[in-house]
Order: sequence, then C-alpha cells, then structure tokens
Amino acid sequence: MLIQKYAREINLGVKNLLLHKLRSFLTMLGVVFGVGSVIAMLAVGEGASKEALDRIRKLGSQNILISSAKSIEEETQTNTRILMSIYGLLYEDERRIAESFPSVNRTVPVKEIRKQARLGERSMELRVVGTTPNWFELIQRPIISGRVLMQRDLDERGNVVVLTEHGVRKLLATKNTIGQTLRLGSEYFEVIGIVQSASVIGGDIQTPDQEIDAYIPVTVARERYGDIFMKRVAGSETREKVELHQIIVQVDSTQNVEMTAKGIEAMLKRFHKKTDYKISVPLTLLRQAEATKRTFNVVLGSIAGISLLVGGIGIMNIMLASVTERTREIGIRRAIGAKKKQIVLQFLIETVVLSTTGGLIGMGIGLLIPWMITLLAGMPTVVSAYSLVLSLGISMGVGILFGIYPAFRASNLDPIVALRHE
Amino acid sequence: MMQSPSSNGVAAYLNDVHKIYQMGMQEVKALAGVSISFETGSFWAILGPSGSGKSTLLNLLGCLDRPTKGTYVLNGHDVSTLDDDDLSDMRLRHLGFIFQSFNLIPQSTVEENIQLPLYYQGWDPEESAERARVLARMVGLEDRLSHRPMELSGGQQQRVAIARALANDPAILLADEPTGNLDSHTTIEIMNLLRALNQQGKTIIMVTHERDIAEYAKHRLYMRDGLIETIES
Repeated sequence: MLIQKYAREINLGVKNLLLHKLRSFLTMLGVVFGVGSVIAMLAVGEGASKEALDRIRKLGSQNILISSAKSIEEETQTNTRILMSIYGLLYEDERRIAESFPSVNRTVPVKEIRKQARLGERSMELRVVGTTPNWFELIQRPIISGRVLMQRDLDERGNVVVLTEHGVRKLLATKNTIGQTLRLGSEYFEVIGIVQSASVIGGDIQTPDQEIDAYIPVTVARERYGDIFMKRVAGSETREKVELHQIIVQVDSTQNVEMTAKGIEAMLKRFHKKTDYKISVPLTLLRQAEATKRTFNVVLGSIAGISLLVGGIGIMNIMLASVTERTREIGIRRAIGAKKKQIVLQFLIETVVLSTTGGLIGMGIGLLIPWMITLLAGMPTVVSAYSLVLSLGISMGVGILFGIYPAFRASNLDPIVALRHE
Repeated sequence: MMQSPSSNGVAAYLNDVHKIYQMGMQEVKALAGVSISFETGSFWAILGPSGSGKSTLLNLLGCLDRPTKGTYVLNGHDVSTLDDDDLSDMRLRHLGFIFQSFNLIPQSTVEENIQLPLYYQGWDPEESAERARVLARMVGLEDRLSHRPMELSGGQQQRVAIARALANDPAILLADEPTGNLDSHTTIEIMNLLRALNQQGKTIIMVTHERDIAEYAKHRLYMRDGLIETIES
C-alpha cells in the first residue's frame, strides 16, 4: 500500500503542516470549495436529469407516439367560423403503419372519449379509451381482478369495459363489481376487469394510463359513439371529427426506432393534406436529454476545474513561500545526506496531504449540500459514487501537479548556499 | 566508541585538488593544488584568513562540492567524480557535520534531530530511538529528548548537533567554527567534548579562525590563497 510505504514521510508532512494550522487550513480552502462544489453541482444536475430521463424512459424508448393535432393553419384561423373541424389520425393510418413496416412490433390505437358513467347509485364523468388488446401488451400493469380486453371482444363488438384503479376509485367500485353493468352515456357495458394504474405519487404525468379511467374495445367505441365530438371553448361550441387521438407504435429494437419514425412521417405526409398529427419519439427526446446532460456536465466540470485550478495555484503559492522559509532546513537535510528525490518527496507529500485533506473535507461539504437541498427545497439530488472518486482523485492530482514545481525548487537548492541562508 | 573502518589508517586523502569558481567573466581559484592526508583518529584544525580557501576545503571534504581537478579519497572511496546522489550517500554514511549556528531543525524535537541521519538511512524507528537515547546520554542531554532546539541553550544545542553528527558513526567529524556562537565557558565545554571524542578514536577536522580553539587539535593546517601554507603538529 502506498500509504504504508510512505508512512514516515506522510507523518513528517502532517507534522509540518500542523505547525502552521491556520495557514494550512486557509491553503486547503480552495480545494475544499472546489471539490465541494463539484460534488454538489453534479448531484443537483444528476438529480434533475435523472428525473427527466426516467420520465422519458417510461414512455418507452422503443415506442413512437403519434398524436392528433389540429394543423397550425387551422389553429390560427380564428376569424373564419368553422362549423366542424376534421383532423387527426385515421383508423386507416394504424392499419397502414402496422402493415407497411416490418420493424413495427405492434400498434396501439387510442380513441379518447369523455362520458357520463353510472354504476348503481354513483354517477361520474369518466375518461374512456377505446383501444385494442395490444394496449395491455405494451403497457403492462398487474390485473387486480377479472381480465383485460381480448381480440374476441373487438371482433364481437362486445359492450365490455375494463376499469383502471382511477376509475374504480371514482365509481367506488370493488372486486365484486366484475360482471355488473356500467352505463357509459347511453350505452350499457359489462365490467370484465380491473387493472392497476401507475402510481400517482410517482409524479409521472406522461405515463399514458395516468389519465384513464376505463378501457373499451376501439371497435365498440367507434360504432356506439362515432367520431364526432362536441367541444366547448369560451361559450361557443365547436364540433370536431377525430378518428383516433393517438397511435402508439412499438418498434422491434431501438436501432430501428428513428428510421421507422421517419418512414411513418413520410407515409402520413402522403395521406394527410394537412399536418394534423404530431410524431414524438421518446428515444430522440432521451438522446436530446442525454446530450443536454452531457453539456451540463461539461459546463459544471469547467467551473469545477477552474475552482480547483485556483485552489491548486493557492497551494503552489504557499508551498513556494514555505520552500523559501525552510531553505535552511532543506540545506541541513541535504548536508546530512538526504538525496534530492527525498527532498522532492517530502515537499510533494506535504502538498498531496494538504490537497487530499482538502478534498476529503470538500467531499463532506459536497455530501452535505445536496442533502440540505433535498431536505429544504425538495429537489431531487443524486450523489454518484463516480463524482466522489473523481473529485478525490482530482484533488490528489492537484496536490501533485502544483506541488512538483515547489518540490523541485527545494531539491535543487545548493546545500552550501542553503546552509548559509538566514 | 568504535573506530571507523578505513584503508591504511587514512580517513581522507587529497591529491593536487583544485577548485575554481566562475564568477562572471572571472575565474576564482579557491583551491590551487592541495595535497594532504588526514589519518584515522587524528584531530585537525584548519586556519587561515577569510578567502584563504579553508571553507572551500571543508565543503570538499564534506562532499558538499566536487573538486574541479584532483583526487579526493574518503574512507577508501574515490569521491572526486561522484554524482549528486552518490555524494549524498557518502555524507549520509561516512560524514558528520557540526556547524557554527548548530543548524538543528527548529520544529523537530532533540530526539528527532539526533535521529535525522538514521531516518534517511531507513533505520527501524525503535532502534533509531534507542540510538538517539544513547547519544543524548553521551552528550549529557538524556533529559532533554522531547525539547525543541529553541528551548535549549547554545551549548546544549551544539551538543545535540554533535550527537546528531555521531548518529551514523562517521569516518570524519567535520566542524565549521563549532564554537563561533558560544560564550567562553561553553566553548571550553564543547571543545572538551570534541577532544574526548577524538581520544575515543574519532577523526575530527575543524575549521576555525581562533588560535586558542585550534590548540585543542593535534594538528594545525594554515591556508593562504588556496594553498597549504604550513602544517603544525
């Protein structure tokens, strides 16, 4: 072990540093704050980006999300009164995507409906999604009771409904609700299952099932409720015709995601006159977020590097003063028989002890600050092990780098001259 | 005290040693051909006016410097052409230094100061501490081991320096004006100690400019203009 090998030298170094406690402490402050700020800043950055990355990752890095959106031209035409705007994704789009791209594993149609629901005495507005069994394969949630939608339900146009935990809570339903009849608008549905929702406490607003209370077969939704929706905006009513609100496309591997997304975009462009859809690729978002994180880390690293540089220069300055002050001691040691390299080692170890101690104290501060930020501001922080190892390594490196010049200056003193030094 | 091993009873031997310093454009001949041999167990005093070359001679003898020309054999080793590391090693193993201003390390204790040569020789700390105690007892400072130099009188400090110089059992003890900073009473004390050491077999070479101090030595060497003027025995 290095520490054992140089135990005597380290002991000597510590003794010399303790002779001037205040000076040593002030000298190491630069490194203390340098290292402390590195760890704290990285912890805050890491915490923030981890939150963003997790959110994106939950959308599925193999998925492509295509949503219906009014084209920009139509959105800005406020003067012209449009009786009914027709836009968005079509049932045909889903079929075309599923059939045209070999890299597509499965597609999930999403048709959003808001309907007044009634279960026994309880009446509530529910957010209902018309979809296919693929939904439950893509977004796998534990089944609490009963079963999820099956292809049979779609083919037979069965009036069946699967409730999420949100829906269950709203309707005050229980496990015994399975088999009972739920009224949605003017239609009656048999409750066939209850599935768990992603935790609300997780604060994960982008998980697709967060806002959903119930699922029905998309074919049933289309037949029973049609594609025309009433929308009330500022007192006036507008009618909209939207077939599908969203299509979630799952690609077989992440390598094919971006290529497939481009293909889908080209295809949609061909079949849609207006750009009444929006394609978002979580993988691209993830890559962007990661790139942002890297940039962020580079910026933090530069700031930290500058503060460590300043700390290192402070150490070098003091060590040069110390060499001058201890010229005579160096002369004595050389006269007695110390080799140049032993003098180098003595001074180098002093600076390394100084900077490493500073680094350790800085580490303590670097751990304390994120802890307090989380405690007081509620911001997530992640102190990664690599930032601790890195900053401790760097502080030792600073000691060596900025200690070498003073140490060599000390060792190159002529012992005859050094002994005469007053 | 054990007598240092040496070849043919000669502790140090100089043959036609020159030392020339370059001072800008000018050459200064500090030593202009010095030949002498110092026998084992002898006690020499080197005298001479300032600029006579006596300090240069002592630096050469102390392996702190190399001759420009000539041969210097220390304890059987030709050191004339050794490099810095090997010269350091010669100082560490064969020489002991005593200085006018004691030159103890102020932040170290008496014990640590005495142990310094042993530290660089890589001695086991316990054995080294034991040797420091023996040496401190020999110079009468066994009760001052944990003191720092500043807490001691000049005479005591010089005795610590002597103990330190003896720690590596050197072939030659080199003394540069060892009593220059001491009062007359302490001077006698220190000189008696040196004489006692010589009587135990230690070779001592001392530079001084005081004749009465030189009287303690068995041989006196007068330097002038970089040359040996006379030798008194």
